Amino acid sequence: MAAESGKFRTIDFEETELRLGLTTSKGINGINGKSNYGKRGFQEDTVDLKLNLSSSQGSTVDEAQRTKETAPVAPSKTDPAKRPAKAQVVGWPPVRSFQKNLTAVKPASNEEADRAVGGAALVKVSMDGAPYLRKVDLKQYRNYQELSGALENMLRSFTTGSGGSQGSTKDFTNESRLIDLLNGSESEFDYVPTYEDKDGDWMLVGDVPWQMFIESCKRLRIMKGSEAIGLGIIHQISWIHSIILLDYFDRCSIKNGCVCM
Amino acid sequence: MAFPFPDEVLEHVFSFLHSDRDRNAVSLVCKSWYEIDRWSRRRVFVGNCYAVSPRAVLRRFPEVRSIEIKGKPHFADFDLVPEGWGGYFFPWTASMAVSYPWLEEIRLKRMVVTDACLELIAKSFKNFKVLVLSSCEGFSTDGLAAIAANCRNLRELDLRESEVEDSSGHWLSHFPDTYTSLESLNISCLLSEVSFSALERLVGRCPRLRSLRLNRGVPLDRIASLLRRTPQLVELGTGAYSADLTPDVFSSLSGAFSGLKELRSLSGFWDVVPAYLPAVYSVCSGITTLNLSYATIQSTDLIKLVCECHNLQKLWVLDYIEDSGLEAVAASCKELRELRVFPSGPFEAEPNVALTEQGLVSVSEGCPKLESVLYFCRRMSNAALCTIACNRPNFTRFRLCIIEPRKPDYLTLQPLDVGFGAIVKHCKGLRRLSLSGLLTDRVFELIGTHAKKLEMLSIAFAGESDLGLHHVLSGCESLRKLEIRDCPFGDKALIANAEKLETMRSLWMSSCSVSFGACRLLGQRMPRLNVEVIDESGERPETRPESCPVEKLYVYRSVAGPRLDMPDYVWSMENESSVPI
Repeated sequence: MAAESGKFRTIDFEETELRLGLTTSKGINGINGKSNYGKRGFQEDTVDLKLNLSSSQGSTVDEAQRTKETAPVAPSKTDPAKRPAKAQVVGWPPVRSFQKNLTAVKPASNEEADRAVGGAALVKVSMDGAPYLRKVDLKQYRNYQELSGALENMLRSFTTGSGGSQGSTKDFTNESRLIDLLNGSESEFDYVPTYEDKDGDWMLVGDVPWQMFIESCKRLRIMKGSEAIGLGIIHQISWIHSIILLDYFDRCSIKNGCVCM
Repeated sequence: MAFPFPDEVLEHVFSFLHSDRDRNAVSLVCKSWYEIDRWSRRRVFVGNCYAVSPRAVLRRFPEVRSIEIKGKPHFADFDLVPEGWGGYFFPWTASMAVSYPWLEEIRLKRMVVTDACLELIAKSFKNFKVLVLSSCEGFSTDGLAAIAANCRNLRELDLRESEVEDSSGHWLSHFPDTYTSLESLNISCLLSEVSFSALERLVGRCPRLRSLRLNRGVPLDRIASLLRRTPQLVELGTGAYSADLTPDVFSSLSGAFSGLKELRSLSGFWDVVPAYLPAVYSVCSGITTLNLSYATIQSTDLIKLVCECHNLQKLWVLDYIEDSGLEAVAASCKELRELRVFPSGPFEAEPNVALTEQGLVSVSEGCPKLESVLYFCRRMSNAALCTIACNRPNFTRFRLCIIEPRKPDYLTLQPLDVGFGAIVKHCKGLRRLSLSGLLTDRVFELIGTHAKKLEMLSIAFAGESDLGLHHVLSGCESLRKLEIRDCPFGDKALIANAEKLETMRSLWMSSCSVSFGACRLLGQRMPRLNVEVIDESGERPETRPESCPVEKLYVYRSVAGPRLDMPDYVWSMENESSVPI
């Protein structure tokens, strides 16, 4: 343990922070985010779903930063204005999940979009390597940002903890993964949030507008990047995505990753 | 010792004892009474599935026909219990399949039930009649299909508030054409649609059907045809209560409802179109239970409906009813026994409706039989609580949830100790109490002093020190279940009242100040208590300092020893090393 702590000190977290990049948004690895939006056409819905696995950061993306030029790979600071109006305490007030979807807006007509989807949109969230599943109610969130925040909070418990634990729980800490990476022993550490849609296909989270997403998402899975490649999910992403990943893997000297276009 | 009566006579006498407590008392009189009770006990209730092993139950009561089991702690309803915690029904099914071939009824609450369980039930119990799965999860419509296909004598299938995975099969069609014994069907929790034609045929061929609760997917404009086939219905849960407004649909619906002369209970009402509500007016005078907890309609429409129901005994409604609506209820519904008011916008920072403490005061004044309340609101005062307590000393259940934690009396800015104190002082028969708002240790002193019949207490964001917890544990003689979250209660009160915990079913404490050391001590000292620590940080308890507070603690009495199915974030504090089994 003592030897490892020496290693920890050599790492500058800000430069080598693990990210879960989806859309190009801001400047990851020097790519200008602007050009992407024209293709997508629904700017406001896509978001850089960063699952920051370091302990210090909040999750939400500062909208203003999105269109900036290449920025250093810096952690996004939590913008309080972007968080939900009130800090939500887990399980308070004590209402059941199927009672949570009754919004304060009184429905005026019977054309409520909600009709097709009944009750809560509870989906299971699994993270590769984590010992158990979690669940989220997608209807509790208004956009990808809020979901990203919730996922990060939830999965933080999988990623913190002492570095030396034995047993079934894999070691997810930033520090030791980065060390392994630098030593070339860890080849996949990038996490990709994916979901299974109504048709049983696995898609990348963030690809479709939010409303479409919550209606079609059946379950969420935070996959390791290499597995996502292996399952052919990368087929579905745009060329921009693959360029980022290529650049990223390339930068990190991955030998066995391969991207199929 | 020779008895003047043969066993059969005693058995017959015992058959008049319906409460488990009485039967348990009888079994303690002497060995032969124990044996007679053992062999004649037909119904078993297991309040905590981990308090006793399936084998022990089966060994003692070999001739059971009906079993009821509860699994996860109550706070699991509010996402405080992580996934994979436990509450698995399979070990019970597996044992009962062998030992109880004549089992007829299974009632479960907060348990994990898999399709394998349902298939085993369907295959093993030839005379199976009743399946009630309340707030359960882990199964899909495939499991339901197995039940439908095989349980020839099924009378009741009730899935209330369970989570069911949709396997996109037409499970309802698996009921054979020869099956006609359905009496009660509750599929209100199903998110997926069921085949309407299969439903229609099923309902049409079951003459004894008295309770039908549909899910949201059943459209309003087709319900009329269902209702015409079931004039004997006593309980109805509609699907979505909305359709394009046409006179035909309305008159058809209205006519169908007027044919339900036996109807006593109405629920469902998702997505209500107010213009369709008058279709039910013809049955309102007979209605005793009205569940409008999904009806997102305005106060005026709610009032019109509720005030038609003069014989209403149980009302569940959203806070859209507002104070004015509750005043109207107080004036019209003199038979009201139970009121639940749910929040329409629980996560909104600001109030979205005009519902305050006044609504509860009105109802407590106007409804002399009111004894059970669950009320969500955004402000309360000691004065109001005192008035309520004086008006209604007959409360048996009082659950108040002031939405913002630690909110004081809005008039005086004082804690609500005095108000809740009045409740426990006046309501001598109070069995269940939930607290909220700003509360000091004083309220717990009052509870410990006065709430002698209290069986279940829920506390959140309240109290100042261990003294609060100590008052409750040392004073509440009838306490069975205590659940606490986010309170500054710690080790001293827990250790000092360790013996008390063996007289209770369970204790839940999360985000409090109980240390690992205290949990270990409790586990070592009390072998008949299971002391379980839930810790999701990934670190083992041995690595934690003694004084480190635990995230969540669940303590329950058990004759089965530590359970063997704990996930890796649950640690049993049984022995010195606190090793998870």
